[in-house]
Amino acid sequence: MIRAVFAFYFALLAVPAGAQVQIEEVTSPGGITAWLVEDHSIPFVALDIRFQGGTSLDLPDARGATYLMTGLLEEGASDMDAQAFAAMEEQLAARFSWDAYRDSVTINAEMLTETRAASVDLLRAAITSPRFDEAAVERVRSQVLSIIAGDEQDPNELAPDQFNALAYGDHPYATPGTGTAETVAALTRDDLIAAHQQLFTQDRVFVGAAGDITPEELGALLDRLLGDLPQTGGRELTEAPWELSGGLTVVEFPTPQAVVFFGHPGIERNDPDFFPAFVLNQILGGGNFRSRLLREVRVERGLTYGIGTVLSLSDHRPMLLGQFSSSNNLVAGAIEVIQDEWADIATNGVTEAELEAAKLFLTGAYPLRFDGNATIAGIMAGMQQDGMPIDYIATRNDNVMAVSLADVQRVATRLMQPDALHFVVVGQPEGL
Amino acid sequence: MHIRFGLVIIGLLSWAGLPALATGEITEFTLENGMQAVVIEDHRSPAVVHMVWYRVGAADEPPGQSGIAHFLEHLMFKGTEILGDGEFSEIVEANGGTDNAFTSWDYTGYIQRVAADRLGLLMEMEADRMRNLVLDPAVVATERSVILEERAQRTDSSPSALYNEQLRASLYLAHPYRIPIIGWRHEMEGLTREMALDFYEEFYAPNNAVLIVAGDVQPEEVRALAEQYYGPIEPTPGLGPRVRPAEPPQIADRRVIYEDPTVASPYVSIMRLAPSRNTGDQEEAAALTLLAQILGGGQTSLLTRVLQNEEQSSLFTAAYYNGLTYDDGAFTLVNVPVPGISLEEAEADLERMIARFFEDGIDPVQFERVKFLYAASEIYAADNASGLARRYGTALTSGLTVADVQAWPDVIAATTIEDVMAAAERLFYDTHTVTGYLTTPTEATQ
Repeated sequence: MIRAVFAFYFALLAVPAGAQVQIEEVTSPGGITAWLVEDHSIPFVALDIRFQGGTSLDLPDARGATYLMTGLLEEGASDMDAQAFAAMEEQLAARFSWDAYRDSVTINAEMLTETRAASVDLLRAAITSPRFDEAAVERVRSQVLSIIAGDEQDPNELAPDQFNALAYGDHPYATPGTGTAETVAALTRDDLIAAHQQLFTQDRVFVGAAGDITPEELGALLDRLLGDLPQTGGRELTEAPWELSGGLTVVEFPTPQAVVFFGHPGIERNDPDFFPAFVLNQILGGGNFRSRLLREVRVERGLTYGIGTVLSLSDHRPMLLGQFSSSNNLVAGAIEVIQDEWADIATNGVTEAELEAAKLFLTGAYPLRFDGNATIAGIMAGMQQDGMPIDYIATRNDNVMAVSLADVQRVATRLMQPDALHFVVVGQPEGL
Repeated sequence: MHIRFGLVIIGLLSWAGLPALATGEITEFTLENGMQAVVIEDHRSPAVVHMVWYRVGAADEPPGQSGIAHFLEHLMFKGTEILGDGEFSEIVEANGGTDNAFTSWDYTGYIQRVAADRLGLLMEMEADRMRNLVLDPAVVATERSVILEERAQRTDSSPSALYNEQLRASLYLAHPYRIPIIGWRHEMEGLTREMALDFYEEFYAPNNAVLIVAGDVQPEEVRALAEQYYGPIEPTPGLGPRVRPAEPPQIADRRVIYEDPTVASPYVSIMRLAPSRNTGDQEEAAALTLLAQILGGGQTSLLTRVLQNEEQSSLFTAAYYNGLTYDDGAFTLVNVPVPGISLEEAEADLERMIARFFEDGIDPVQFERVKFLYAASEIYAADNASGLARRYGTALTSGLTVADVQAWPDVIAATTIEDVMAAAERLFYDTHTVTGYLTTPTEATQ
């Protein structure tokens, strides 16, 4: 009886719902653009500000400068030392957070409507006038050194780090954005100033805004916040080489459970086959229980707690990547299952049922993603960074639904390369 | 310039001055079979979060069966008399939803997020697996391997997780909060299908469950659906309030030293038992919440300001307190010293900061700032319907009522500096400590 009811619900799904967010492109009087979703139901605004280039802009002799510089933005700016800045952020109940990734430095800001003017001034001071006081530099430097020391003892960091080192030659992608103990110890205040000047320019910035703000108010905010930054700057980066071939690298490390990082080159966002590849990745390792890898490695065999793959759109080398952990005595079996699935999809493609389930999941879940100002701001900044059109959200479900089995089989042959798939295993694996 | 402006701002923005919110309307009701329900309205997007929380967790497990509450949580996806293995999640996904589950000491919860017009389907399936679970022995065996891999990933591979497991087992002498949620490995290996089913049959019942629905829904509509799907389920007779083994008087300080060669940044923790929020009686917990913030809750807190910034002897410091537990919780201080400073010195630094706190008292400006932050955090929290749903679910499975949750911001606002100092005296003078060191083996540091 219940089955009949479920069938009815399935039938409702013939047309996927569209996302209901309305994105407006706002250009400030000074010429800075942002994407805005205006919603006045809660009196605050969330901003996601991304400066493209990230830690990869580090000059070769100053690896880690961008990471350390980012950590110092809230540690004193303009006429405030670190404590004064922090006290002000608390007084305004503003929330700022800063992250440095290999393609961008991101700033997340949430500001109450009632304190917005002063909050913007405070954030502006951090972005345009960081002080890099000696005491603050040394304090944050020692924190970064402890993070690096921790990463060197963490198989979850060691596995991707080793993969990157083997894969990307002399490109910045090959080394951790944190820098190493040696490079960070050698960083000078001038290195931090140079990193700041390279990254914080108007031609590198993407802004997503959501919440209690009008387009006019956002325009003024953008000019106040970013208008004093130079128009251009920073070095141009080239494509990262791909120097790995298929196979397996073991890094001995004392741990009960090996960590495995694996992958090979992927597909560009502007490739005509992007949507078939996107759907294919969902079927392969999208992370839900329907995905091939989770089903075969976890559900059927109990060889891991979790496994997933991602179609990475990194600016300088798109990749198809995956990661999982598995006990040392089980990990060889898990890798064999992955290799078999990779070869099976490359040769035989996927089934019609898998394709339909993936399309239903992708299109049904998508409209639900836009839940909250901070989430929406982040999605919009990410879309701009990935070069997606402003109507991407409105057309994305149609694009997914248009993917045919033939499309997926075609892209599977091209994208899935069992012979190029490389695994880095950190641990004490048995039988590898 | 900025600082002066900020001081003006705080004068203008008092607690009462913050505006009322357009989202977050709360409705509660109870079905005849005892199932409690809370509806949180948020009409900004056409989604709904549906959660069923059971008032049972790792602290309610039979002796020797640690991990059974969490294991059962995994097995709840393995099929019923009507649905096959994995079919629950497949149907949720086919309807454009996502689903998950979670286990803590005091609760086990199941969550789905879908378009609001699918709420009835979710209730139908969740009601089905409240009573009709069917477990294939082979599936149970494979899933036991999965939870052992989960423990290997989250705990056994992490010196910090192993250390905190040991600390907790030392903090609680008798109370089952000493048991890790995931379970002790040797007991997990012996968990059986029968143990899971016994636990399930005893505790998974409407009169032991809380329904939370948050999103684009009307309370009357939720009530009608709940009565239709959950209403017919028979309650389990005789399920009274939870009574766990109580702590004996703690009369000795304890020390825990855990060594692992892969520890990169050794640190010291000092833990104490601390009262949790109780229904109608949240004042002490409010004072402790503010105390944690003032001592180690942000850049301007005492530990951070002095040990990290002024003396530069610490890489990281913190004070943690969580009042949302059914029985007494914990108050924890942490100090990660800079290289070259020993854990003995780092421990002494924490003690020195506590002494200094009692000497200097609380700066009224900092106190108002911290309280304003709490008031503002309510505005930010309204942005996240799932977060609000979790807040109510946690509270209602921790012995609190909807009225307690709604009173909490006012209780915080009414707390005075004197209240915090008095709570600090009770906390630091009247309790015994567990002091822990996470460090590298002695040989390796020489």
